[in-house]
Amino acid sequence: MLLVLLVVVVLNFLMLHLAPGDIADTIAQTMGGADEQDMAELRQQYGLDQPFFIQLFNYVVRVALLDFGHSHFYNLPVFDLIMERFPATLLLVFSAQILSLFVGILLGVYAAQNPNGLSSLFVNMFSLFGYAAPVFWTGILLLIAFSLHIPIFPVSGMRDITIETDNFLVHFFDVLRHLFLPMITLASIFFAYYSRLCRASMLEVLGADFVRTAKAKGLSKKDVLLKHALKNSLSPVITFAGLSFSAVVSGAILVETVYSWPGLGTLAFNSIISRDTPVLLGILIFSTLMVTVGNLLTDLTLKALDPRIKI
Amino acid sequence: MNKHFLKTLLLTATLIFTSLGVSFAEPKKGGTLIAAVGNSPRHLNPAVQSGIVTGFPGAQLFATPIRYDNNWEPQPYLAESWEISDGGKTVRLNLVKDAVFHDGVPIKSSDVKFSLETIKKNHPFKTMFAPVVSVETPDEHTAILKLSSPHPALMLAMSSQLMAIIPEHVYGDGQDPKTHPQNSENVVGSGPFKLVEFKSGEHIILERFDDFFIDGRPYLDKMVLKIIKDPATRTIGLENGEIDFYAFENVARNIVRLKKNDNLTVTPDGYAAIGPIDWLAFNTKTGKTADVNVRRAIAYAIDRNFILKAIMLGVADEARTGIHPGSPFYEPNVEPYNLDIDKANKILDDAGYKKGSDGMRFGLTVDFGWPGLKPNAEYTKAALKKIGIDVTVRASADFPTWAKTVSNHNFDLTWDTVFNWGDPVIGVHRTYQTSNIKKGVIWSNTQQYSNPKVDAIMEKAGVENDMDKRKALYSELQKMLANDLPVYWTNTLPYHTIYSKKVGNPPMGIWATSSPMDMTYIKD
Repeated sequence: MLLVLLVVVVLNFLMLHLAPGDIADTIAQTMGGADEQDMAELRQQYGLDQPFFIQLFNYVVRVALLDFGHSHFYNLPVFDLIMERFPATLLLVFSAQILSLFVGILLGVYAAQNPNGLSSLFVNMFSLFGYAAPVFWTGILLLIAFSLHIPIFPVSGMRDITIETDNFLVHFFDVLRHLFLPMITLASIFFAYYSRLCRASMLEVLGADFVRTAKAKGLSKKDVLLKHALKNSLSPVITFAGLSFSAVVSGAILVETVYSWPGLGTLAFNSIISRDTPVLLGILIFSTLMVTVGNLLTDLTLKALDPRIKI
Repeated sequence: MNKHFLKTLLLTATLIFTSLGVSFAEPKKGGTLIAAVGNSPRHLNPAVQSGIVTGFPGAQLFATPIRYDNNWEPQPYLAESWEISDGGKTVRLNLVKDAVFHDGVPIKSSDVKFSLETIKKNHPFKTMFAPVVSVETPDEHTAILKLSSPHPALMLAMSSQLMAIIPEHVYGDGQDPKTHPQNSENVVGSGPFKLVEFKSGEHIILERFDDFFIDGRPYLDKMVLKIIKDPATRTIGLENGEIDFYAFENVARNIVRLKKNDNLTVTPDGYAAIGPIDWLAFNTKTGKTADVNVRRAIAYAIDRNFILKAIMLGVADEARTGIHPGSPFYEPNVEPYNLDIDKANKILDDAGYKKGSDGMRFGLTVDFGWPGLKPNAEYTKAALKKIGIDVTVRASADFPTWAKTVSNHNFDLTWDTVFNWGDPVIGVHRTYQTSNIKKGVIWSNTQQYSNPKVDAIMEKAGVENDMDKRKALYSELQKMLANDLPVYWTNTLPYHTIYSKKVGNPPMGIWATSSPMDMTYIKD
C-alpha cells in the first residue's frame, strides 16, 4: 500500500507539473493582473523557482512526514482544508452508494422474477437512462423540477445558514433536505449498474440446483428469494460496488459543483482551476486512500457473505 | 411659481436623488440579503488583493477615504472632506472624527498612512499610488498625501475597494500582509459590515456593524454571500427566490432568461468603472499580424454587430476603443471598422498577400482567455475565411495555460476580456505602454505594441489635472490606437446585476458591488 501511495504521489506530481502555467498566473488572474516583480515573488514564495526534482523530493519528504503543505490559493494548511471538506463528501458518497445499492438490488430482484415481463422492461429502460444521462445534466434537470417548478428542495449548499436555532433536529432535517437531490443525482448512475448486474446475477442463481431444492422443500417464494437466491447473487454486485467506489468519488466532483456541495469535489474543482497543486495532490492522495479503504471494506463484506472467500 | 420653474425644481430633485443612487422609497432597517457570488475569494483583504471577487465582501468590510456616485463625482466617505493644492501635488484628507474599526479602536490618520504604504508595496496596481512619495499625519484626523507629480487618477484610486483602510494595530504586527491570517479570519475592518464567518468555497456571512461611522447605516442586519460556481444553479436560485441578489452575471442566455421574470430586476447599470471590454488582441511584433494592414483587414472582416446580436444576444454594448463606453473619457468618433469584406480583401491584395489556388492567403491561430469567449474565436475562424485567412482555433485547458501562451507572446490573435479599473492610468495604459512589454506577465502589453507618440500622450494625460484637457488627450489617444490597431475592441462584457424586487437601493454607482452596500435594504 505504501508503494502504491509513493507511485501515486510521484505520478500525480509529475502530471500536474507537466501542464503549462502555475499558481502565479492564477493569482494574477484573480487580481486583474500582476507585474514582473509580483510574479517572481509569488513563484519564489511557493518554491516554484526551484528545479523540478528538488520540488518533487521536498514534496515526497513532506508527505512522508504527513505534511501535505500549504494551499497556495487559500493560504491554509492542505490537511485542514481536506479535513474540513471530507465529512460532506463522505456523507454524499456513502448515502448515494447505499441508496443506489438498495434501490439497484431491489429493482434487480424485482425484474429477475419475470425477466420477459413489463417490470423487467421498465428496469432495463430505467438502467439505460441512468447509463446515458450525464450526471451534471441529471442534476440540473432535478433542480429545475424540484427547486424551481415544485420548490421543495434548495438549489445549493449543505445547510441553510440563516437558521438561527441550536435544535439538533432542525439542523438534521435541514441537511437531509439539502442532501436529497445531490444524493439522488449521484446515485442515478449506479442504480443502473447495480440493477442490471443484480438482475443478471439473480437470473443465474434462480436457475441453480440449490434454489430448485429450496423450492422442492416447500419454502415460500419470499424465503427462496431472500434467504437463498439473493444472498448468493450479491457477490458480483458487492464486488462491482467496491470497484466502482472510485467512480462514485469522481462523480461527486461534478455533483458537488452543480449543487455547490461543500465537499472535496468542489475543492478539487477549484484547485484544478486555480492550479493549487498542493491541494490537488493532497486530494488525490486522500482519494487513493478512500478507494483503498473502500476496496478493503468490499473484501470484508464479501467474506461475510461467503465464508469460502479468503482475504 | 411658474410651470417652468416647478419642472426645473422637480428635475433637479430627481437628478440629485438618482445621482446619489437613492430611491424615493423610505429605506427599511433590518433583514438579511442573500447574495450569490460566482467564485470563492482567496481572502477578504482588498488592500493586498485586487479583483471583483474580493471586492464585493472587501468593500463591505473596509471603508475607503472617498466613494463615487453614479455621475463619476467623488463623495465623502471616511474622509469627510478633502483639499487638493500645490497644482495637484498635495492632497489633504480630513477624516471623520468618530470612526472606529470593528474592534472599537479609533481610525486615525496613521492608519491611512499605513494602509496607503501597504497598498503601494503589495497591491498589483502599482500605478495607483506610484507618484505618492509620503503621507504626513499632522494630527489624528488629517492625512496629507505628498505627490511627486500631479496624479488625477488618485481620487478614483482612493475609492471602491482600491484603498481599503486597514488597522495598523492588526496588520502592522510584522507578518506579511499578503498572507496575514486576519485576511480571512477575525477580519478587523472599517466598513459597514463585519465578518461573522468565511468558509472558502461555501459562504461569507457579514453582519451589521453597529458603530459604523455613518449614523443609521447600514440598513441591512446581515448579508449572506453564497458561493455558487455553477451559472445554471445560480439562475434557478434567483428564479425560485432563494437568492435575492447576484452581480456580475455575464452569461447572455441567463440574462435574457432572467429578464423575463417579473419578480426580478435585471440591469446593466453600475459597471462603468469596472469597465470590462472584450477584444481581439494582435501580436504586433511577429508573424503576419505585425503588419498593420493585416490587422485592419481582420477588423473589417469581423462583424461587430454579429457579435453583439448573435453571440451576446443584444445584452452587450458596442465598444469602439479600449476605454469603456461608460467612462467620461470614451471617444466614440474613431474609425469603427464596420463590416466591409471587399475593403478587407483589397487591403490584403494591396499589401501583397495574394490568394493561393485554395483561396487562402495565409494561416493564423486564435486563442481565447476564458470559455465565454470561445464563440468569438469560432466566429473569427468563419469570418476570416471570407478574406482568405485560414484560422486555427486553439483551446487552452485553463487560464494558466492560456496566460502562459499569450504572456510569452506565442500567439497571433487572442480574444480577451480586460478591465479599465476606473481611471485609464490604472487599467488602460498598461495595454499600450512600451515600458509595459513584459514577457511572462499577463495583461501587460502582450501585443508588444510600441508607438512613442502614444507613450507620450499617455504620459501627459496621466498627470493632467484639467478634465477637459485630459479628455482631449484621451480622445487623441483612442484615435491613434484605432489607427494602429494593436487590439480590435468589439463590445463590453455584458455584466448585469440581477436582484429581487424586494431589494431596495442595490449598488448602482460606477463600482457595482465593489462599493459599500450601506444603503441597500429589504422592502416590506
